[in-house]
Amino acid sequence: MPTVIVDVMPKDMLLDPQGKAVAGVLTRTGHAGISGVRVGKRFELTVDEPVTPEMHRQITTIAHNILSNSVIEDVVSIRVGTTHEQ
Amino acid sequence: MRIGVITFPGSLDDRDAARAIRLAGAEPVALWHGTPDLAGVNALVLPGGFSYGDYLRCGAIAALSPIMSEVKRAAKSGMPVLGICNGFQMLTEAGLLEGGLIRNDHGAFICRDQELQIENTSTVWTNSFTPGGRIVIPLKSAEGGFTAPKDTLDRLEGEGHIVLRYLGANPNGAQRDIAGITNAAGNVVGLMPHPEHAVEPGFGPDTDAAMRSGTDGLGFFTSVLRSLVGV
Repeated sequence: MPTVIVDVMPKDMLLDPQGKAVAGVLTRTGHAGISGVRVGKRFELTVDEPVTPEMHRQITTIAHNILSNSVIEDVVSIRVGTTHEQ
Repeated sequence: MRIGVITFPGSLDDRDAARAIRLAGAEPVALWHGTPDLAGVNALVLPGGFSYGDYLRCGAIAALSPIMSEVKRAAKSGMPVLGICNGFQMLTEAGLLEGGLIRNDHGAFICRDQELQIENTSTVWTNSFTPGGRIVIPLKSAEGGFTAPKDTLDRLEGEGHIVLRYLGANPNGAQRDIAGITNAAGNVVGLMPHPEHAVEPGFGPDTDAAMRSGTDGLGFFTSVLRSLVGV
């Protein structure tokens, strides 16, 4: 069954304490050359039928209204793909 | 006067809120998120906790609960609604209050008695406080950093919609030290600190007078009672 992948990231201008903590542990464990980490979310929506333009529109609405909060996050991509297990 | 307290899966402070309502002299009414019925209450409290385990975003799933369409309708028709901590997060997620709450800038959960400045005493939830007064109530949250676009912050400030500000060191990175805000009508208020934990001598924050004697949180509940009975 097709999967639609939605990626959501905290807004660029907002502090991402989670990313900062991960960046901190990279430095502590000796991984040089990485100056920053930001942590976002990936949603995998399993769709029953092939993804029609109508379904894509529906998922776009879901992505903006439910999966993300536009005050603090951005939807950075919506694409048809495969689940990470496949 | 009957004040509803909505319990969501993962609410923690619903019983404390009910107790605060009773101590203020009103009757608490337990409401359930899954039943879209406000049982004829005169006001509503959305309590603190970790609804749905903070899945998706704090308060996001609760904001889509069956009862929330009733809450939105009631709020828009002027019913007093107070969101405490997770309840505040729900009100922003539901679009009843502006802005959003993000993870504390230092990354840690904070739990302490917090001094606050009362900025607005014209809301239904703060009218028994002294303008410019200071109160101390507990703050306990990991995602309490209030944030909004700059023009929204300017507007909130310009229109007097900031209800409370943190005093002393900013505990969570909240923009402009904002601890609580109101909607334009002054009937919907959200705040990160917990007034319901400072309502009874012996169980509140320490004061200069005695340990745990602080009851500064009671003012929120007596305010709404005052508004409801119209004195």
